[in-house]
Amino acid sequence: MASTDNGTLPGQKPRGRVVRRFTADLSATGEPALWALGGALAIGVILISGFLFLIAWNGFATFWPKPIAKVELLSGTTIAGEPTRAGEYRVGQDILALLSPSQKAGIEQNLGFANRVLYKTANFDLYGDDFRWVSEFEAAKVEYPKDLFLLERQQWGAFVGRIKGMTIRGEQLPFDYQLLQKEQSEARKRFAEIRKLERKDIGAVNYYLDQERLKIRKAILKHGEGSQEAQRIAKAAEAKIAQLQAQFTELQKRINDIRTQDRQYRVLLEEIGSRTLDTELSQIVRFYPANDISFFNKLGIYLSRWVEFLTTEPREANTQGGVLPAIFGTVGMTLMMVIFVAPFGVITALYLREYAKQGRLTSIVRISVNNLAGVPSIVYGVFGLGFFAYIVGGGIDGLFFPERLPNPTFGTGGILWASLTLALLTVPVVIVATEEALSAVPRSMREGSLACGASKWQTIYYVILPKAFPGIMTGLILAMARGAGEVAPLMLVGVVKLAPALPFDGFFPFIHLERSFMHLGFHIFDVGFQSRNSEAGKPMVFVTTLLLLGLIVAMQSGAIHIRNRLKRKYASDNF
Amino acid sequence: MSTETIDRPVTAENTCYHIKESNQGTSLDIKDFNLWYGNAQALFDINMSIQKGMVTALIGPSGCGKSTLLRSINRMNDLIDDLRIDGQIKVGDYGIYGPGVDVIALRKRMGMVFQKPNPFAMSIYENVIYPLRVDGISKKSILDETAERSLRAAALWDEVKDRLDESALGMSGGQQQRLCIARGIASDPEVLLMDEPCSALDPIATAKIEDLIHQLREQYTIVIVTHNMQQAARVSDNVGFMYLGKLIEYGETGVIFVNPKLQQTSDYITGRFG
Repeated sequence: MASTDNGTLPGQKPRGRVVRRFTADLSATGEPALWALGGALAIGVILISGFLFLIAWNGFATFWPKPIAKVELLSGTTIAGEPTRAGEYRVGQDILALLSPSQKAGIEQNLGFANRVLYKTANFDLYGDDFRWVSEFEAAKVEYPKDLFLLERQQWGAFVGRIKGMTIRGEQLPFDYQLLQKEQSEARKRFAEIRKLERKDIGAVNYYLDQERLKIRKAILKHGEGSQEAQRIAKAAEAKIAQLQAQFTELQKRINDIRTQDRQYRVLLEEIGSRTLDTELSQIVRFYPANDISFFNKLGIYLSRWVEFLTTEPREANTQGGVLPAIFGTVGMTLMMVIFVAPFGVITALYLREYAKQGRLTSIVRISVNNLAGVPSIVYGVFGLGFFAYIVGGGIDGLFFPERLPNPTFGTGGILWASLTLALLTVPVVIVATEEALSAVPRSMREGSLACGASKWQTIYYVILPKAFPGIMTGLILAMARGAGEVAPLMLVGVVKLAPALPFDGFFPFIHLERSFMHLGFHIFDVGFQSRNSEAGKPMVFVTTLLLLGLIVAMQSGAIHIRNRLKRKYASDNF
Repeated sequence: MSTETIDRPVTAENTCYHIKESNQGTSLDIKDFNLWYGNAQALFDINMSIQKGMVTALIGPSGCGKSTLLRSINRMNDLIDDLRIDGQIKVGDYGIYGPGVDVIALRKRMGMVFQKPNPFAMSIYENVIYPLRVDGISKKSILDETAERSLRAAALWDEVKDRLDESALGMSGGQQQRLCIARGIASDPEVLLMDEPCSALDPIATAKIEDLIHQLREQYTIVIVTHNMQQAARVSDNVGFMYLGKLIEYGETGVIFVNPKLQQTSDYITGRFG
């Protein structure tokens, strides 16, 4: 046998030598780590996109007109309603006992489960409920008759049934779809006019009446009761009050006239069980034959529902109608919060990073700021109520609005206090982000500016802040996201279920920061969990969530757009 | 401008001194200057007179204190905590280190160019007139005139005159450095301090900056720190060789590079150490 150079036989492994492979070790290439990283990202993306898909699917589908099923039950009754959802359930023993043998056999074959469908039967005023579950074994026949209508009403929610007849100008006529549609839109105009007279004109009269009464009280507080000056002012005010009351009576009369006229336009409805209902036409918001409607008409109804949702006030305990006040409240409060938090956070971070001597004290301040970000938001709400509303607001009331006491003006929750509370809640985010951005400004830039004979403040103002601005904007965007999604503290400092008026209107000083407001986040909570019927509110929860997400995305995109424009303007150092 | 070379006796004990003197006299006079970072002494008894209207180069191995000395001239070292100095630097009759010195006013008399180009995140125009802007000058005609004069002096005008409003950060590295030079001379300073101005640039950009230094020497006193021996030989009138915080030899460029007086200088220049 020939021996090779290293003294081993051919085919034998060389001894005492490390065999070099031409592939790297698995742990060296980091392949498993790569898979773990990719997997983590994938799970995150799936969760988020799944969540968004759920919201979008339910949110966008809510307003699409659904067919109405007429279900004849074995018990002999008939119901009609929109099939909302279906599911399986375990049939209870008590129900099983009442069923016929063939029904029992069917359920037993299905291991004790049965299918059921939830129908939105509407007609809350007649049935006392909006929904009804129908089990598979209960139903004898399901059909979709073309004469069934869905009518959305100003009150009591929707009505499902037939239209029997109508009264136009006091004259009873047989049902005519085209004519009724025309008359209904006329009736809605009258309704809108009544609403406008009540809200705007009578609202204005009430506002001025209030002002005059406050004038009297103010004069009494200032000059003393019974003093000549007070009496003179009171006399003038009372004359004005009399005038306003005359106006009020006049408006009331006009409203009554329209109402009388309106009562001559009526519609006669009949639910599936033949009970009839006679209602004013102006009470009908929208109506359509659910099973006899073309795709384009459906699309029209879908869009008109979206328009209603986005541009009108809520009705029926927020489960119907629109969310316009909540949109205003959410956007207004978030923007105000940014206006408060931006200067406050940036100035704090500037001092902390640029001027304060770095040492133990600044470290403690920094740690405290970071810890503030972890305080439960409800604690901020309690603080906001106690400090802003009661102490600061109470002080303002005592100083500037004594004539209104004991009714609080600023001394209660309001949009101003809510945005200040949220500013406090989000200020740590802005401070941390701003500090990061400031410390990322290269030292060479500071030195360059100082070498030009700039003072420290000029260096900060002209060189450091512009360079740090995109980073600061990132902090503000994060703060905005957190603030816009926050609900818990708002419930204590000014959010209400139904705000009587928007925070701005046509009366001096036009912006009323002391007013309570509505908020989409709270609206979701209220509709979903506080309404008389959570099933009825559920679609609204999805739509409102979709809208809130959309609004936040819109506000964020705006901010990101500004940031990117600034970034482009000062294109990053390509050296 | 310059007169004949004089061999002078070594003025400080540890410095070999044989500079070319300017007929305009001395611009900066560094006297017994010591500097400590905390407990570590970085500069030892520096004595140096920097000639007006000439280019003075500071060479030496890394960490020898040449940048520290340069930054002491416009008090950039003030930014460092725990810094202590002893001795005096005078610009004209004005002591840079003394009670009640207005550092900001002092820095306005000196332009500085740094190792890495450091234009600000603003337009080219705003970058150049920045020293005037912080001086509170807002008259458009003065600013425009200064911008053009400085950019022309920095040999940048033709390249950027059509895009003065664009961000300075979009320029090439060499352009950025020339912009920084333009900024450094915008307020018409007496002294221009350059801290390794070409170390981050390619040879072509370096050649442009060196041309620029040649042109600027007529009007300004220039102090330049460089690692590049050829560059020092090309651009400077006098060279100071520093080692371990001491000024070892300070003399005329031609002499230092051809026939240095000290063995240590010779070793460094010929590449035997450093």
